[in-house]
Amino acid sequence: MNDFIRQLADITGPEFVSSESEERYIYSMDQGTMSPAEPDAVVMPGNTEEVRRIMLCANVHKVPVVPMGGGLVLSGLTRALRGGIILDMKRMNHILQVNPKSRYAVVEGGTSEGMLQAYLKKHHPELKHSMPDAPPVATLAGNMCIHGSGHLSVLGGFHSDMLTGMEVVLPTGDIVRTGSCSVSADWFARAPLPDLSGLFLGWSGTTGVVTRLGIRLFPSYAHNDMLIFVCEDADLMPDIISRLTGTQVAEDMTPWMAPKPDWARGFLHINISYGAHSKKELTFKRNLIQASVKKYTDQKIAGFLPLPPPEKSRFLKIPSPDLVKFADIRKGGGFEYVGAIMAIEHFAKAYSAGLEIARTYNVSYSMGARIIGAGHAMMFFYAYAFNRADQEDVKRAQHALEATNAAALEIGGIPWKAELPAQKQIIGKMDLNTFNLMNKIRSMLDPNQIMNPGNWEK
Amino acid sequence: MPAIKFDPELCAGCETVDCLMKCQYIEFAGISDAKAEKSKINAGEESRVLYECLTCYACQEYCRFGNNPFYLLVELQEKKGILPAPKPIVEEQLRMMSPKGRITPQKVRSPVVDMCAFPMLTGCVRGKLFEGASVISGNDIFCNIMWLHFAKNSVIRDRIPKIMDNIISFYLKDSKIDEIVCFHDECYGAYTSTAEAFGIQVPFKPVHLFDYINRRLDEIREKIKPVNEKIAYQRPCSNRLSPETDKILDEIFTKIGADRVPRKYDRENALCCGGVPRAQQRDELADQLVEKNIRDMVSTGAKYCVFNCPFCMATLGQEVAEHGLMPVLVSDLVLIALGE
Repeated sequence: MNDFIRQLADITGPEFVSSESEERYIYSMDQGTMSPAEPDAVVMPGNTEEVRRIMLCANVHKVPVVPMGGGLVLSGLTRALRGGIILDMKRMNHILQVNPKSRYAVVEGGTSEGMLQAYLKKHHPELKHSMPDAPPVATLAGNMCIHGSGHLSVLGGFHSDMLTGMEVVLPTGDIVRTGSCSVSADWFARAPLPDLSGLFLGWSGTTGVVTRLGIRLFPSYAHNDMLIFVCEDADLMPDIISRLTGTQVAEDMTPWMAPKPDWARGFLHINISYGAHSKKELTFKRNLIQASVKKYTDQKIAGFLPLPPPEKSRFLKIPSPDLVKFADIRKGGGFEYVGAIMAIEHFAKAYSAGLEIARTYNVSYSMGARIIGAGHAMMFFYAYAFNRADQEDVKRAQHALEATNAAALEIGGIPWKAELPAQKQIIGKMDLNTFNLMNKIRSMLDPNQIMNPGNWEK
Repeated sequence: MPAIKFDPELCAGCETVDCLMKCQYIEFAGISDAKAEKSKINAGEESRVLYECLTCYACQEYCRFGNNPFYLLVELQEKKGILPAPKPIVEEQLRMMSPKGRITPQKVRSPVVDMCAFPMLTGCVRGKLFEGASVISGNDIFCNIMWLHFAKNSVIRDRIPKIMDNIISFYLKDSKIDEIVCFHDECYGAYTSTAEAFGIQVPFKPVHLFDYINRRLDEIREKIKPVNEKIAYQRPCSNRLSPETDKILDEIFTKIGADRVPRKYDRENALCCGGVPRAQQRDELADQLVEKNIRDMVSTGAKYCVFNCPFCMATLGQEVAEHGLMPVLVSDLVLIALGE
């Protein structure tokens, strides 16, 4: 291992490699409930060529490689389960290109959400990208690879749907491109080619290292507004969501249900964000949204909260500060945010399962969802805050998570960015031929099985 | 539970039906139409007015006999389960604004300014105008009159006695003070008009903010530097419960050199700020009200748009500012005139 680490230092320079215990400790965990797993070393490559050389070197020494972006996935996907190195991509944070007319950006694999947001605000205020509600240091590539979602997901789907192409270093050291950039100088789309990007999306870093990616950008409006729809009956939610998304004018739609503050307990809220180039257009869009659920407002069984403009400002912040506030509710720095991707018609079941689990395990919870596309799916989330210094509290949150994943699968959903136990639960329900195909692909791409081993294994 | 003070004979003898005929939001074919609808209400029967009412309180002011037409209407809305706003909106706000039991005893000194449920505005109580004042605020002393907008007279009946008891027990009694200055029209209306109509005894003397300011300006007359500006006043719905105070506001404006420009939508014709119709899911109507108000204000050439209701200011303030007028509360305008 020492020889390997020396070789890494030759590649990146010694200041970007460390096997010190402090570093190994910090990189052994994330904020979630998964137990720590220390790497042997941490390396921070500065460019694609360095990544390529590191992969070649790791292959020779058969050392596991765990690619990491912001390290904020919360489900322990960037832990070195079998030792080896954490490949921290944060130095590769350059915004390489913004195409304002075709509305895409090309960035390096370690570029953070916050960096792109700030860059666009400064240089292209007419454009924006879909921000997740993660801290801004989360990386674009990381969020894309876990099929994340964000503030434009009603408009543009999962963040992986907004991907226009990738440059990836394979475990063997080959550099490949997917999407239009494999044929053209432009990174405009994944079509019309065989869609090889899927080889790297949702695989939890087991198939390659993303060094560049193209992502779709969207108009950034001068006028923005939001509405909060409230109802008391979870059974109505699928129809309400379907009606609201049917207008095709919202950018983001996030139902939320929380026991705190007290006034919110038992009510189901949907935050609906939308924007426009003019006030007239904004009003037009609002009217469309409101008309879509008139059936319910006329019956007085649901309605839009009357919020004066100053009260809306906190809801228009991107990313939303609310989840971060909840994350610290128990103090002690523990927070798990587990989502399950599912069809919107399962909303009521998902909600009641969450309430039951919170009751059973006595955990502080916040539930909600992000609607994907025109009601095509939702990421239903269960967030549990816990005190990391209190092992009983950590255990309670772990049990709640396991129960949540089991419930999500039972309902017909699929745990999102699944932690190790959840991956096994998914595999247990997965079509066997599908799992066999996954293994064949991995064997082909990664013959020495060095990429984030332990993940997506039986 | 005492009934709303109402004399049906007085109402039956009314030939003008001002309470409905002057309504700016419901159309009537004529006096006979209005009279017929009013008769239905008086008889506790269904009337379209129960559904179309914007709950702007104006009919309380329009009635020449002080016969409480608005309170009566809200009473009937509640009795018949006619909710002006969707049930979850009402229920959630009921919880949001409920007394929290977090009040603690506090020694206060006169003047005691009641900021009701607007603790975020306590910074307005400052300077020479409020010298030595104590401020009280929070949900535990929230006057609860807003439920008139939501067909919930029962909540007012239930909560106001507790609220008043809180004010006495936690603030006034030990400090040997028997009056509070109501910063908001709603509180003053609650402890005068509503309490009287609902048969609720008020154990302290409510003082309207305008009364307090007017008297205080006399005391510090030499500090006044007239603003010498035109102002457009946005009269709030809750001032309909104490219309006599509008004249005092004129005196204040005169003393500070503020020229209250004639507006189409001021005084008795004041138009709703647009906040409440949004709760009723009538946003397009709310938009029209905002537009009418703004157009009217802009046409006067006023520099300031002056509010006395924090909710009106929150609803209209941004729009007002975008149209070149400076939104400001009455108390802040007075502070400007005092050089603060």
